[in-house]
Amino acid sequence: MSLLEIENVTLRFGGLVAVDNVSLKVNEGEVFALVGPNGAGKSTIFNLISRFYDPAEGSIRFEGNDLLKSNADQVPSFSIARTFQNIELFEQATVLQNLLVGRHRHRQTGMFSNIIFSPKTYREELCHRAAVEEVIEFLNLQPYRDKMIGGLPYGVRKVVELGRALASEPKLLLLDEPASGLSVEETQDMAFWIEDIQTQMGISILMVEHDMGLVSAVSGRVMALSDGKELATGTPAEVQSHPAVIEAYLGTGDISKTGTSRA
Amino acid sequence: MQFVFKTSYDADISLFKHGAQAVWYGLLLLLVLSTPLYFVAIDDAYLLGEITGILILAIAGMGLMLLTGHTGLPSLGHATFMALGCYLNINLLSEGVPWIVAFPLSGLMAGVLGTMIALPVLRLHGVYLALATLAMSMLTSDFVVIAEPWTGGIAGAVVPDINIFGMEINRYSTPYKFYYLVLLVTILLVWFYRNLLRSPTGRSFTAIRDSEISARAMGINLMRTKAMSFFLSATAAGLSGALFGHSAGYVTNETFDLVMSITLLLMIVIGGLGFIHGAFFGAVVVGIIPVAIANGRTFLATTFDVNINVPGLESALFAFILICFILFEPMGLYGRWLKIRTYFELFPFYRKDMFKRQKSYLKTDRLQ
Repeated sequence: MSLLEIENVTLRFGGLVAVDNVSLKVNEGEVFALVGPNGAGKSTIFNLISRFYDPAEGSIRFEGNDLLKSNADQVPSFSIARTFQNIELFEQATVLQNLLVGRHRHRQTGMFSNIIFSPKTYREELCHRAAVEEVIEFLNLQPYRDKMIGGLPYGVRKVVELGRALASEPKLLLLDEPASGLSVEETQDMAFWIEDIQTQMGISILMVEHDMGLVSAVSGRVMALSDGKELATGTPAEVQSHPAVIEAYLGTGDISKTGTSRA
Repeated sequence: MQFVFKTSYDADISLFKHGAQAVWYGLLLLLVLSTPLYFVAIDDAYLLGEITGILILAIAGMGLMLLTGHTGLPSLGHATFMALGCYLNINLLSEGVPWIVAFPLSGLMAGVLGTMIALPVLRLHGVYLALATLAMSMLTSDFVVIAEPWTGGIAGAVVPDINIFGMEINRYSTPYKFYYLVLLVTILLVWFYRNLLRSPTGRSFTAIRDSEISARAMGINLMRTKAMSFFLSATAAGLSGALFGHSAGYVTNETFDLVMSITLLLMIVIGGLGFIHGAFFGAVVVGIIPVAIANGRTFLATTFDVNINVPGLESALFAFILICFILFEPMGLYGRWLKIRTYFELFPFYRKDMFKRQKSYLKTDRLQ
């Protein structure tokens, strides 16, 4: 059964068509990757699912519910979590506090209960803390628990962001370039984690990634985009050998076809 | 350096990081509780009145700290909320409402009214929000004049004495009782503030400060959370305003002017943005400077026969101190204290750039 269904979605910024009539389905338990050159509209699709942008046409459904009817801050309540391409952590807070914000959608207590720190709030905090500890253990973040984000190296921040998304216990995880800027070892760790998230936790993943090694290693299906249009969808091998994809990345090789050929 | 070994999740939730910290704060509590003894001994409560004034300022400072330091929303209009609290308190008291009801009620009403005023401007960011609240602050004294039946207008209004179950409290006739009353309110609010910061609500405030886009992606409703922060902030300012009225005894349209709003903002910047301690450090500085200048003047006049009478000396000195802090210590007095403490804790391994990190209190500007 498909978890996320995007149908004929189009988004325009003025005259620029950022996403052009794209349809895709993410099935339950699947890792689906979006690839394509810069400006292909991959991150824009993420922002459409997160409801930061409103599509001009098309529909986005999650488990049969219309996502377009809700606001950006209601998307997590559908059990969708995301990370950002340029890390968007809460800089002046500790790793623990960042992960706890990830638990926000499970929050039970209101402001007044929080102010007097009622027993209910206390119990809730203990539950959140325990849930976050599982994420910390899963991602090996124990050494950084009480460290401020501002002082952490890039690779660790990337993992903390993944952790914050996981802390919300999603059904669908949107990973925006999880391996960008990571070293080879860190990318391997990331690949293992993505596999574990899929197989052990049963979370479906939609990811944008440039590292084809990682994409081929973890994803079941891949969609290649260019200039907002779908080029090809299939297994990583199929997409990589698809002529349209090769053309988008490398050009045609036929000088007469390119508009600005050097005469 | 003290290593804290946490053995349960309670350790992450508790108010104090470790036993030693609890002891230090206990000692501080003892100190503030026993301060009046000294003034009883010298039989002169003038300085105690100044200390009470500092606590009242610190309450308003905490309100502004929550909004600016923890939610990232600058406000130059907090004197307005103080005025709201003060005049609501006066009017409720003169209607015969007992103080014990009138005081919290005036704070809450200031919070509600403040939020209603603020809702339209909450859509603004950073410097624009500061400008909108500045406008609010500039209008305050005019509104006080217009609302003469309730505020006494330019002639001013006398603030009734506090009466708690027959116990009369007046700043001048019973300075010790007034001090303890203000202290009680302060401690209660600090406790509320601490609770807030270790709970989901406080975390959603700091999340908005550090990254609005990711706060939204985590399911935090921006408008509602900002309004919540504004409500709590204006409530604290309102309570502070009510106490300020009792402390001044008499308020006019010029009491809660623009300078007051600016002083509050200055206070929390000097104290250290983003720390509860900052509100208190800042209030101490703001409270001490006028006293220090007055004492300095008397000292010069009596011992050297030099009379310095420069108009605006106070404002100039404030401005100078603020510039120095922004240039040399953006983390404020509390930040300086943290650095000194870390220096000794890590001796000799302290590095100069240990506290260097991204300044992000106006980072909310980035999105949109």
